[in-house]
Amino acid sequence: MGAIGQPLRRIEDRPLVTGRGRYAADNNAPGQLHMRMVRSPVAFGRLRGVNLRAARAVPGVAAIWTWEDVKELPPIDFRVPNRELEPFRQSVLAHNYVRYVGEPVAAVFADDAYAAEDAAELVEVDIDELAPYLDPTMEPPEFMPGTRAEAAVLRKACGDIDAAFSGAHAVIELDLAVGRHTGTPLETRGVFARVDPASGTLVVEGAAKAPHFNCKAIAGMMDLPLEMVRFHEGHVGGGFGIRGDVYPEDVLVCLCAWRLKRPVKWTEDRHEHLVAANHSRDQRFRLRAAVGADGMLLGLDAVIFSDQGAYARTPGLTAPDMACAMLPGPYLVPAYRAVAHVRLTNKTPAGTYRSPGRYESTFARERLMDAIAARTGLDGIEVRRRNLIPKSRMPFGRGIISLGVSIEYDSGDYAGLLERLLASIEYPALRADLSRRKAAGERVGFGLACFVEKTGRGPADRALIEARPDGSVEIVTGAASGGQGVETAMAQIASDVLGVPIERINVVHGQTDRIDAGLGAFASRVTVMTGCAVHAAAEALRSKAIETAAAALAVAPDKLRLSQAVVHGPNGASVSLADVAARSLAGGAPLAAEGRFRSDHMTYPYGIHAAVVRVDTGTCGVHVERFAIAYDIGRAVNPMLVEGQLVGGAAQGLGGALYEEFVYDEAGQPQATTFADYLIPTLAEVPPVQTLITEDAPSLHNPLGIKGVGEAGLTGAGAAIAAAIDDALERPGAVTRLPVTPMRLHALLNDGGRIIPATG
Amino acid sequence: MNNTMPVRFKVNGKDYDIQVEPRRSLADALREDCGLTGTHLGCEHGVCGTCTVLVDGQPVRACLMFAVQARGKSIRTVEGLATGDKLHPLQEAFWAHHGLQCGFCTPGFLMLALGALEAEPDISDEDLRHVLSSNLCRCTGYQNILKAVRAAAREMRGA
Ligand code: FES
Ligand code: FES
Repeated sequence: MGAIGQPLRRIEDRPLVTGRGRYAADNNAPGQLHMRMVRSPVAFGRLRGVNLRAARAVPGVAAIWTWEDVKELPPIDFRVPNRELEPFRQSVLAHNYVRYVGEPVAAVFADDAYAAEDAAELVEVDIDELAPYLDPTMEPPEFMPGTRAEAAVLRKACGDIDAAFSGAHAVIELDLAVGRHTGTPLETRGVFARVDPASGTLVVEGAAKAPHFNCKAIAGMMDLPLEMVRFHEGHVGGGFGIRGDVYPEDVLVCLCAWRLKRPVKWTEDRHEHLVAANHSRDQRFRLRAAVGADGMLLGLDAVIFSDQGAYARTPGLTAPDMACAMLPGPYLVPAYRAVAHVRLTNKTPAGTYRSPGRYESTFARERLMDAIAARTGLDGIEVRRRNLIPKSRMPFGRGIISLGVSIEYDSGDYAGLLERLLASIEYPALRADLSRRKAAGERVGFGLACFVEKTGRGPADRALIEARPDGSVEIVTGAASGGQGVETAMAQIASDVLGVPIERINVVHGQTDRIDAGLGAFASRVTVMTGCAVHAAAEALRSKAIETAAAALAVAPDKLRLSQAVVHGPNGASVSLADVAARSLAGGAPLAAEGRFRSDHMTYPYGIHAAVVRVDTGTCGVHVERFAIAYDIGRAVNPMLVEGQLVGGAAQGLGGALYEEFVYDEAGQPQATTFADYLIPTLAEVPPVQTLITEDAPSLHNPLGIKGVGEAGLTGAGAAIAAAIDDALERPGAVTRLPVTPMRLHALLNDGGRIIPATG
Repeated sequence: MNNTMPVRFKVNGKDYDIQVEPRRSLADALREDCGLTGTHLGCEHGVCGTCTVLVDGQPVRACLMFAVQARGKSIRTVEGLATGDKLHPLQEAFWAHHGLQCGFCTPGFLMLALGALEAEPDISDEDLRHVLSSNLCRCTGYQNILKAVRAAAREMRGA
């Protein structure tokens, strides 16, 4: 049996369970400096001056920089160039204005982390405060003289929207919002940079997500030739989309190491993380839907407001673009029009958090499905059944473009998955049980949400592979890992071809000096794109091994086959892959090959989340009793890892549905600046998650049929929990905003009305 | 600032003599002065538990304790769990049950669970859930951590 599809335990775990991981903050070198940022204490103001006198006097301080010291650096650019957004890029240190609490104003470098912090506290920042802009549904003010604080207006449309409304049986209007969340990996950000004395190159540890892009971006900003900078990814304590974008602090650490020729280390603290690392979500949806008497969604007209925070960051418009593109989800929706206003407010800048634009738009769309059910008197599941894109329509082109690629769902049996989910949770019995409990006075309810994911972002990937005489194999990729199990998945794909046990396969990722290009890890792309490149590389290696063995065994190559890391020929002749590698090396060349994979399409896996909740009307707490995910992944490389991604994602999705939120007061002061305020779920809040992983619809866009799974654990969670709360309260449409905190639930229960939106 | 004080404590059975400022946290002392970077810092304000170590057998948040408070005490960290190449049953179980993804929270969970299981080998499932809910993990959704600790508890009772 091949290695693909096996629930093998991970090859990356031994160092991690023994305390020998090497995360960003574990890097040290003699003579190193520690950086500490001085950040804006106010949301918006004119920066008049920075007084460094007292701070400079602190023993151990080597340098303190303000904008004057770094003014030759250009602002931080986007991964995909975007002229329209250029005026809204962030400089590494503030000048003229500060635009959010947490914006870097000065950087202190000292020979001890405690001293750097002492000195930073003595830096005096003189700011004339201005009135902040905090609500992106309000008319945007000027960002700069002559430039409105609206970074972009995105438009997507298909079908005849006016005709849909004129023929509608009913028009439903909804105003929905998802709060401001972020990934909060448990390892905060960190960078360590030094100049290698032998080569004179700048070596940067702590890279993540897109090491090759970041290396190029920072080399470019510092005006260094690319070959003078190397980025290395060590262990990464969670990424979730927010770690590994180019941030001001990354640039400052590199620049200081280069200028002062000393190692420089920066480890973010959690308070900083919550105000300085990318936020995400925070989208408001105003929906108008044209609905037929049979519950069909005939047309959807959406206006979206996306709170970008103070600047546009490396991922550019990914989150709002995805929201517009994926709002119609798994349903037919023959006519669609979306306009998204991306506005700059005086909050922490926003980027992408796992399932960007899909967590939000799935919440909005599935609230609409429930509203259609309420309006037409049909059951919510029946409304979904009717609207789901039938299998016979696959592949299904939506007729809209997202991130430069036309949306075409490659394969799927959405209705089939819905029936399988209902069977797996024993839906009729579950409903009967809930009815009994409701009759006994309990506030319990059920909800579900259907969605389509968008994974495997291209366009291309490349992998190098080499078999060694000791029987081991090395794979070098341009991927990155946030800790999901990338090494194991890549090793399984190669093992499937070569038969080498995964324990003997070493997978390199995130090292810019090992391979000249790589896109990294985002948009659930690694298993799909890098995986297929690894597969191609392993196949090329197999061909080479067979050719070399053919010469050694004096048989024709077509008489040989490779299995279990041994080349077998006729009459029991065989030679091990290790021996072939030794022979090849003796002949002057290592047994090595290269694989490439290219795809201009993304793949579209799909899933359903279902939740059972109990509402405690005394405490206004919501307890998630059961959670189930059905997900079609096309083909699972390692089902144990797939399940791990889904369950872990579900916990994050649940956090966003009930607890997590960056709230600001009217002065723009963030109210969630510790883990005591930004509440990520613990074991007490996360129920067992039942998973149903199917392989009904392999991707048509790659030879392995794989689709991604990095984000699907979150996508429907907010929507399903919201629907379950409605059901528990027996008040359809009650939840209009996430998270449903006890405060909001209290207001809802007591006003008898809708859940009130948060301020700001 | 140079008002440092001498501190001696034991970590994983070995004596350490270090010189620290009174304000230095135990976590920083372990990581920076003893070079034991297996103990991680996820928040430095006592919520996440990634810094959990055992001090005289008790799980403690090393970010909330000063190094000077650990004077004369016996500390255990993740680096002391395995015996040579042989992993502790908790480490084996976390590996076998996919109880970690990024691994950043793992040392804290291992030490938290070790403290709980050593104090109470027959811990009830409810109490175990309660104990494990004191640390945060952002990757796994906890279910596999719970499975791993249950499995290790069985193993440790049998051993
Ligand atoms: S680092 Fe100690 S509790 Fe978070
Ligand atoms: S495994 Fe990443 S935080 Fe727990």
